[in-house]
Amino acid sequence: MGGVADVFRALDDETRRLILDELAASDGQTLFEICTLLTTRHRLSSTRQAISQHLAVLESAGLVVTERRGRSKFHFFNPEPLTEITRRWPSVVGKEDP
Amino acid sequence: MKIRLTSLFVDDQRAALAFYTEVLGFTKRRDVPIGDASWLTVVSTEDPEGPELLLEPSGHPAVKPYRDALAEDGIPLAQFAVDDVEAEHERLTKLGVVFTQPPIDGGDYTTAVFDDTCGNLIQLIAERPAP
Repeated sequence: MGGVADVFRALDDETRRLILDELAASDGQTLFEICTLLTTRHRLSSTRQAISQHLAVLESAGLVVTERRGRSKFHFFNPEPLTEITRRWPSVVGKEDP
Repeated sequence: MKIRLTSLFVDDQRAALAFYTEVLGFTKRRDVPIGDASWLTVVSTEDPEGPELLLEPSGHPAVKPYRDALAEDGIPLAQFAVDDVEAEHERLTKLGVVFTQPPIDGGDYTTAVFDDTCGNLIQLIAERPAP
């Protein structure tokens, strides 16, 4: 699992943020389902191979974990690396807006 | 030129025939013994003169790695048209069918993906006519 720099790098891409949005809305998706959602809801035209590579970046940053169920591989949002960011600035992160 | 027949590899022809007729609701069209296997086809009960689906034995060594790789990524190998994907999702789930993708409303169409228990993922699609 990568460090905080990998997490920032992984988040520095609109397609990868959209993938996390979709997983946050409905966790546990196959590559095919993620591609379907990106195409139908976000009109993204990325190839399946490109999405697969985005998922690999998210996975190596620890933001996505995979689990095999039956014959298919499902992707899940793992928020743990994000708490590392909030832990770094505990005096300001999570405070109510004035 | 017309599409008259398309095929899916199935692990067990008899189990496949049961699933495709009893669960999905297709009708058996041909069942002609050829050696250990059969020339086995089904058609849509709603369109008995339409294209036949050949349920072909999956014994060739290329079939397993091909289907395993596609199933891992959740990629369906055939697409069946229905009037209402949500209703079919509910009906088939009650019959024990496992969906790898729940219905997704794509605006012009809704899709879902299920496991046919014979080695394939199948996509259901309901297209909405343009207003």
